[in-house]
Amino acid sequence: MNFKQMIAQSGMIFVFLVVVVAAYIIAPQFMSKDNMISLGLQVSSIGVVACTMLFCLAAGDFDLSVGSTFALGGMVGVLIGNSTGSLWMGVLAALGVGIVVGLINGTVVAKFKINALITTLATMQIVRGFTNILGHGTPQSAAKPGFDFLGNQTYLSIPLPIWIMVSFFIVFGILLNRTVFGRNTLAIGGNKEAALLAGIRVDRTKIAIFALSGMAAAFAGIVSASRLVVASNNAGEKLELQAISACVLGGVSLSGGIGTMSGTVVGVLIMGIVENVMRLRNIDAFYQLVVTGTILLMAVLFDRVKLKLLKQA
Amino acid sequence: MLTFQSISKGFSGVQALQDVSFTVAAGSVHGLCGENGAGKSTLLKTLSGVHRPDSGSFQIDGRECQFKTAIDALDGGVAVIYQELNLVPEMSVAENIWLGHFSHKGPFVDFKELRAKTKESLARVGLQVDPSTRLGSLSIGQKQMVEIAKALTRNAKVIAFDEPTSSLSAREVETLFGLINELKARGMAILYVSHRMDEITTLCDACTVLRDGKHIETFATMEGVDAKTIVNRMVGRELAAAMQESDRPVGESLLELRDVSGPGLAEPVSLNVRAGEIVGIFGLIGAGRTELLKAIYLGKKGEILIGGELVRRNGAVSSIQSGLVLCPEDRKHEGIVPMLGVAENLNLSIRRSLAKFKFWIATSAEKKNAADFIAKLRIKTANPNTPISNLSGGNQQKVILARWLSERVRVILLDEPTRGIDVGSKAEIYEIVRDLAKTGIGVLFVSSELPEILALSDRVFVMSEGRITGSMPTKEATEPKLLSLALPKGGAA
Repeated sequence: MNFKQMIAQSGMIFVFLVVVVAAYIIAPQFMSKDNMISLGLQVSSIGVVACTMLFCLAAGDFDLSVGSTFALGGMVGVLIGNSTGSLWMGVLAALGVGIVVGLINGTVVAKFKINALITTLATMQIVRGFTNILGHGTPQSAAKPGFDFLGNQTYLSIPLPIWIMVSFFIVFGILLNRTVFGRNTLAIGGNKEAALLAGIRVDRTKIAIFALSGMAAAFAGIVSASRLVVASNNAGEKLELQAISACVLGGVSLSGGIGTMSGTVVGVLIMGIVENVMRLRNIDAFYQLVVTGTILLMAVLFDRVKLKLLKQA
Repeated sequence: MLTFQSISKGFSGVQALQDVSFTVAAGSVHGLCGENGAGKSTLLKTLSGVHRPDSGSFQIDGRECQFKTAIDALDGGVAVIYQELNLVPEMSVAENIWLGHFSHKGPFVDFKELRAKTKESLARVGLQVDPSTRLGSLSIGQKQMVEIAKALTRNAKVIAFDEPTSSLSAREVETLFGLINELKARGMAILYVSHRMDEITTLCDACTVLRDGKHIETFATMEGVDAKTIVNRMVGRELAAAMQESDRPVGESLLELRDVSGPGLAEPVSLNVRAGEIVGIFGLIGAGRTELLKAIYLGKKGEILIGGELVRRNGAVSSIQSGLVLCPEDRKHEGIVPMLGVAENLNLSIRRSLAKFKFWIATSAEKKNAADFIAKLRIKTANPNTPISNLSGGNQQKVILARWLSERVRVILLDEPTRGIDVGSKAEIYEIVRDLAKTGIGVLFVSSELPEILALSDRVFVMSEGRITGSMPTKEATEPKLLSLALPKGGAA
């Protein structure tokens, strides 16, 4: 293996290490345990949503509705939690509406062959609308004590949202690499016609992907609402773009067929670290947008270079 | 006119071209032959500025040329007409021809002049369409004419064709050859790449054979040079006639179609294939052959029986479950998943049946299946995880065949199984198909190459204009007989 191939194949890990070292140099407190936990909490929502976004992108689709579904999940969870007095009923209801949104997305995309970008752009607005209707356009607080269990409980002194994110990484990583569903997802994104003729149930697989995507977004929403003890009707705005950015940073192809869970994890962390370090250095949030945007652009350019190197190799 | 001087080009370790030298005379058609991977495409791409040679050079009219980009090459008088045409389907014919060189008044396009100029250049290639026609509505042959017209507007002196006839109808081929001869008479140098030997021997004045990136021989004249001679130089060995007829026992009726119809078919089709029988379907492009296979595999109209049992017809999945599979014609768009590895592509269909609970991938069973077929079908790949797009067309096709042979196949439908595949791999694929038939599988295959039909099939059906126009045992078939059945009766191509 020559140097070019090495760069091309382990490129993202390399970039990740550079980012970590740079973060440590810029802000030495970056490596502290407290900061690691706050970094983990900060990316916990994006991390969960990026797992299923990876599947959408790998299949050659998009899901723009995840940000709204995130808000709806939190809202439904809090309202049901309040009225039944049980956090778990709230969680179940949130998962339920998430899956319903996903099934609608998936059915429209797979059965009616409508472009996923348009479909989820529409449902993004519809779902956000419903969230506002349910919450009367204002944030809703969780009335019951104990509602913050999912968000604030710690295990081995690490908060539950981080454990949840890590388990999503593991479960969806296994799903992608070790199951027929995961490999079929990549095959569909790589060549839909070939997958269809090879007897892969393309429609069903796509619907399942969107259903999982809605479920994950709503779950992330209820976890976040549980942590804040309030469901905001504006929660999860731009979450879809952040999740897509993280995936792309991690080398997932926007045209489908290419994507790894390790790459996605690295993408999520890079996004998180950059924001985290800027916060540690008290840099204005406006600059953060400029920096994250620039990094995304550079990641895409890097991807191009990588493809070129691989072709030469 | 055009001289290649010891051109070499390598791609990280693989020597695609090695010290290739030959000359194409002005006013001649020069054939370029070789198996896939012999270096024909690389040579064309070096000529057109897509690749730059590692060493060596070429001269046009004695002038040294060094093209850095395709635009450079076009400005330097070299146009390459690729198999996949570089045109914009949503724009008009006129816009396509003059793309990048629009007539304009200030910042505005001068459509009037554009139209006049286009009419003129279309007349030069003898294409009768309105300049404002949307390009996408033209046939492939017409699009090729537009591409040639475009080359002529840039004062091309050298035109290279890369397998121009692979998707043309017989009539379009005739028109193209007429035009090529006209260009030749005007003193242009034509470089003509083709897998079809009859084209090389009839159309070309000279011919160069490449093998493994090396120049093998240039025939300065085609007198006394026949297809066999060229093929032998291409493969470097006497090709054992692929035509041998084996005495395969043919069994009971296996596949039976009853009034199968679908889009692109003018009338319902009924036919049967017996166990161990290879049945060919011959027809020109557009005769409805692919549509028939698709109707069998994916359609719902009509009845299909395999071994006397009615097949449930509900898309690919139920067909596969009944043991009915299809190798599609368009390998790139319907066969392979390019970014996935050889093994992944091979196991694409069987994966679910191998998997535990149809969910957990059976890694070792998949590995074994892939390794078995790579060995059995002699698939040339560095390792099972090499991206399939790195393989030659012949080896890709073997992977697709292996995908289906992994299943419990009873009837296999093959759509142009050797399209764009080099001579050596072709013979291997014929062998695989014959071996399949020996095991009692029924084979129904489509081809537009008569020698292939005659070599491989036991029985042949001919299609034309969406209907079956004849059938006979291959023993009684001759090329003229089949061709006359295949030609459209209305006369319009």
